[in-house]
Amino acid sequence: MRLTEHPIVEFRRGKEVTIYFNGKPIKAYEGETIASALYAAGITTFSRSFRFHRPRGFFCAIGKCSSCLMEVDGIPNIRTCKVYVKDGMQIRTQNSFPNADSDFLAILDSVIDRMYPHGSHYKKFTRPRVLREFITKKVRGFAGTGSPPRKVFEGDASFEEIETDIAVIGGGPAGMSAAIYAARIGARVLLMDENPFLGGQLVKQTHRFFGSGRHRAGTRGIRIAKILADEIRELKNVDVRYETKVFGIYDGVVGAVERDRKLLKIKPKKIVVATGAYERTLIFENNDLPGVYGAGGVQTLMNVYGIKPGNRGLIVGSGNVGLILTYQLMQAGIEVAAIVEAMPRIGGYFVHAAKVRRLGVPIYTSHTIQRAIGKKRVEAAEIVRLDENWCAVKGSEKRIDCDFICIAIGLSPTHELLYQAGCEMKFVPELGGLVPVRNRYGETTTEGVYVAGDVAGIEEATAAMMEGRIAGLDAAIKIGYGDDEAIKLREEVVEDLREFREGPFGERIVVGLQKVTVEVGT
Amino acid sequence: MSYLVKGYLEDDELPPKPSKERLEKKSVAYIECPQEIPCSPCLESCRYDAIRMENINAPPEVDYEKCTGCMQCIRVCPGLAIFMLRIRNGKGYVTIAYEFLPWPKKGQEVILLNRKGEKVGKGKVTWVLPPERNDHTSLVMVEMDPELIFDVRAIKIAKAVEGGD
Repeated sequence: MRLTEHPIVEFRRGKEVTIYFNGKPIKAYEGETIASALYAAGITTFSRSFRFHRPRGFFCAIGKCSSCLMEVDGIPNIRTCKVYVKDGMQIRTQNSFPNADSDFLAILDSVIDRMYPHGSHYKKFTRPRVLREFITKKVRGFAGTGSPPRKVFEGDASFEEIETDIAVIGGGPAGMSAAIYAARIGARVLLMDENPFLGGQLVKQTHRFFGSGRHRAGTRGIRIAKILADEIRELKNVDVRYETKVFGIYDGVVGAVERDRKLLKIKPKKIVVATGAYERTLIFENNDLPGVYGAGGVQTLMNVYGIKPGNRGLIVGSGNVGLILTYQLMQAGIEVAAIVEAMPRIGGYFVHAAKVRRLGVPIYTSHTIQRAIGKKRVEAAEIVRLDENWCAVKGSEKRIDCDFICIAIGLSPTHELLYQAGCEMKFVPELGGLVPVRNRYGETTTEGVYVAGDVAGIEEATAAMMEGRIAGLDAAIKIGYGDDEAIKLREEVVEDLREFREGPFGERIVVGLQKVTVEVGT
Repeated sequence: MSYLVKGYLEDDELPPKPSKERLEKKSVAYIECPQEIPCSPCLESCRYDAIRMENINAPPEVDYEKCTGCMQCIRVCPGLAIFMLRIRNGKGYVTIAYEFLPWPKKGQEVILLNRKGEKVGKGKVTWVLPPERNDHTSLVMVEMDPELIFDVRAIKIAKAVEGGD
């Protein structure tokens, strides 16, 4: 399942190690996450849903969903897609008996749910009280995730208080750009990311970027990640904290945990939130079956860790992510059965569609997925045509054989920190969901808290970099760094971004932005 | 805009074709990029002012008389939407950006595919830009029937059994 050669990426695997999955030894390489190493070993069931014990597999691969939670070295509920393998690691599936792959409690889904359908516990076994209490206790025993830790924390936990000019949360294209542009004009920047590397989701973008040459168009995303990370390393006034999770913003004070060991209390003058987005799923029968993956999750697995997601995939959604993923799967030697798109036309750039169409991949517009077929993992999918009222046309069902399905229907902003920080939020469908009200430099209604990138509205990496530059520059300028040149540069980037969004692909974004952008100074 | 339903351009949706005389002189960039998208590396890469674009979202237009066939644009196009076309000594040549393994080799016979991925004939690789010289996007020039140069937009390497190398 591991790729050994690839036209674009060279996979450098670390030392071989042995990890234990439910007691069974598995070969892995340093630098791989637990989830990817297990996947490479052919393990597809990672957990069980906590009520009906349905099998759950890999989905997002970037720590945003819960389907890969396992017990690692005695500690429950570890996101195995975010933890790297170490020799001798003991990994156990939880919330199942005897293990997630062959869970005896799956009877809850197949048999018991038929007798006591979903919701019946509100009506059944409610009387007498003794019975209710007994049943409640038993049912709770089945539900929930994991058992209490069997190990207490060992090692040195510490605490650090940091004063800085600008705290940047998230080291993706937007966060890195904000850090660079603020630091270039003299601001001290603390850049935090939950990964042990910078780049965010750029690290899996093996394709060349669109945009203008001035914004690195024509360069592959993975190279842009490296260019930006290298520049950050050069800047002495940027302090990068890897594997650092920010958990809250309290009156301008940022709380974070570094490497699970150190509590950080950060007192910045300005904050840039660039936390990105997570993948959405789609409602259809069996959409939780292992083998139904987020498109970005598949990109991570394949382009970062060099692991094949399967042999034949179906792509749901023809936006740029779906189209690019199709091409990338083919580059890794994986067959793509088809792309389905509910809209009557292709959602992404035509040129991306043309690239895969000329290699023979069918694109079914006005079609959607009706169900995933398979018992413990995806064996096929059923797609159906939609009429002009978005209703399935009876008799148009078609079975497509595939062993994995990629959901590429869009993203939602990772907005939680902004909400918690007290920013005024609005639900704007054009921007992908809940986004903060901000001025044209990205400052939210909470003074000193800026947003940039997908968390400000789902767009793409080129726009994210421009937003990052604007936020970084404005934050630094407001503190007192930079001169007229800096202000001129800020206005230039604002203008570039406006021009970038002028075409039909920017229309939706512009409409969305009008709903949440307020005048500067109000 | 039926191309957005089908995923490929029909004949009547193609950009203006360079004349036969022009194609016989030297190779020329043919850009199949009809949609307004915010992208302009081709424009910026052109040293001969042969590509026109009103703004970053406008589709590029090539002045076939100014184009020298230098191939700077095809190297950087992120949409892999540029094809170099040429007719010489009664043979047609199409240069395609290629990013798959195995890398094609000079002299190899390849299967020619049209915009829909249908097989339309066989051709021979006459020149390859090594992938390492262009960040893993190789350029492959394929010799074919001159009638096919406005049809062939992809190649597939025949499996070894079918007589590859």
